[in-house]
Amino acid sequence: MSKVRVLVGTRKGAFILTSDGKRDKWEVSGPHFAGWEIYHMKGSPADPNRIFASQTSGWFGQVIQRSSDGGKTWETPGGGVQMPTGAGMPKGESNKFVYDTSPETGKPLTTHQFYDGTQHPWEFKRVWHLEPSLSDPDTVYAGVEDAALFRSTDGAKSWKELSGLRGHGTGPRWQPGAGGMCLHTIIIDPKDPKRMYIAISAAGAFRTDDGGETWKPINKGLHSQYIPDPHAEVGHCVHHVAMSAKRPGVLFMQKHWDVMRSDNAGESWEEVSGNLPTDFGFVIDVHAHEPETIYVVPIHSDSYHYVHEGKLRVYRSRKGGNEWEALTKGLPQKDCYVNVLRDAMAVDSLDKCGIYFGTTGGQVYASADAGDSWTAIVEHLPAVLSVEVQTLK
Amino acid sequence: MVRVELPQHLRTLAHVGREVELEVPAPVTTRSVLDALEARYPMLQGTIRDHGTLQRRAFLRFFACEQDLSHDSPDAPLPDAVASGKEPFLIIGAIAGG
Repeated sequence: MSKVRVLVGTRKGAFILTSDGKRDKWEVSGPHFAGWEIYHMKGSPADPNRIFASQTSGWFGQVIQRSSDGGKTWETPGGGVQMPTGAGMPKGESNKFVYDTSPETGKPLTTHQFYDGTQHPWEFKRVWHLEPSLSDPDTVYAGVEDAALFRSTDGAKSWKELSGLRGHGTGPRWQPGAGGMCLHTIIIDPKDPKRMYIAISAAGAFRTDDGGETWKPINKGLHSQYIPDPHAEVGHCVHHVAMSAKRPGVLFMQKHWDVMRSDNAGESWEEVSGNLPTDFGFVIDVHAHEPETIYVVPIHSDSYHYVHEGKLRVYRSRKGGNEWEALTKGLPQKDCYVNVLRDAMAVDSLDKCGIYFGTTGGQVYASADAGDSWTAIVEHLPAVLSVEVQTLK
Repeated sequence: MVRVELPQHLRTLAHVGREVELEVPAPVTTRSVLDALEARYPMLQGTIRDHGTLQRRAFLRFFACEQDLSHDSPDAPLPDAVASGKEPFLIIGAIAGG
C-alpha cells in the first residue's frame, strides 16, 4: 500500500509526518534540528530515502543536512567523518557556497542593485530551496540568497555555482524584495533535463535550455506597478512558480500581485487572477493528475501578509485560472490571520490527489480529496516555512 | 590541552557535550584554537567563522578569563590559563532578538 511522507520546515526545526495512503492518521516525528530555521527539505525522486535539508541560523549560518534513510538519521555531508591519518584536513564544505568569480566562467558579477539604488556586493546568506535531480540521487540544486544557483554532484558535499545565471547580463539590476534577494523556485523539466526554470525575488523568472550554462529572463507579460517600468525585463517580485510534470512548458505563477500563466515555457505570460478576492499571495501549485487544476491561497495584501477577511481559503481553478472556487470545508472561516509562505504547499500523486499546506500559525492542513475538504494533520508547530510531499510505494 | 566550550546548537551539530578538549600547537591563539576545533569537528566549518574570509560570524563572541576577546587579533596569544587548560575558551552566541 502507498505511503505519504510530508516534510515540514519551520522557524524552529523540521518535522516529518507519515501516513498510509488513506491519509487519515498521521505520525509526527521531530523536531529535527531543533531551534534552527529549516527553510526547505526535499526528497530525491531517484531515491526517496535520500532527503536534503537546509538548516540555517542567524548566529551560525548555513548547514546542509542529508538523510539516506527517509529522515530517521541525518548527517552533514562530508562534515562528520574523521579522515585517516595522513589523508589531510577533513573537509566540511557542505555549507560552503562561494560565488564564482573566476574569469573562465564568464562575466563574474560582484554587485547588484541595493534598496537605496546603489550597487551592493553579493553576499551569501542562506539556502532557500533544494531541488534534487530527477534521476541522480547525488545531484541536487540549491537556490540561495543573495540570489544564485548552485549545484552539487556529490550528494551535497561540495557546491559549485552555475554562474551563467548571474552573469547573463541583468544581474546588476536585480534587487532584494522585502524578504531578501532570494532564489526560491527551481523547476526541472521532466522531459528535457537540460531545461530548468528558476525564480528570484525581486528579479523575475529565468530559463536555461542547456543545463544551466546560459540563461534568459522570461518575464514578458508581467506587469508590476511598484517598479519604474512596470513591464521591465527584470525587477518583478515573483513569489512562486509551479508546473505540472504531466505537461512541461505550461507554467503558473503567483507574483507579488497577480496570478499568471504561460503556455510557452515562459516566453510570454497572461494574467489569470479572474474572480479571486485578492490576487496577492505566495503559494501556487498544480494538481498531480489534472494539469489545468491549480491552487492558490489569497493573502489580503502586501501590507498585511495574512489571509483575506480572516478566512483561510484555498482557491481552486479547474480551468487553469480565471474562474476560481473557494475551498473552505475544514478550514477556519473566522478570526484567522495566518500567512502561507511560498514553498509551503505541495501535492501527492495518489488518486485522489492530496493537497498540503502549512501556515505561519503552525498548522499543516491536508486534503485527501483534491481540496474539497481539509483536516489539520498537525497543529501548534513553529511557523511553517516549507512543505514537501513524497508519495512512497 | 585547550578546553573549548561551545554554544548549545553547535554541541548538537558536532555531537559533543558542553566542552571539548583539543591539542593545539603553540602559539595558542584564537586562530589556532579554531583551526584545531574545525579539523576535529569539520561540520563546524563555516558556523563560527566565514569559510572564505575566516571572519568571526557577527553574532558570536569569544570570551576567556572574564575578558571579551572577540575584537582581538585572531593571531594574538590567548591567556596562559587558556593555553594550559586551566580556563576554557568560550564561544558564545550573542543575546539578540529582544
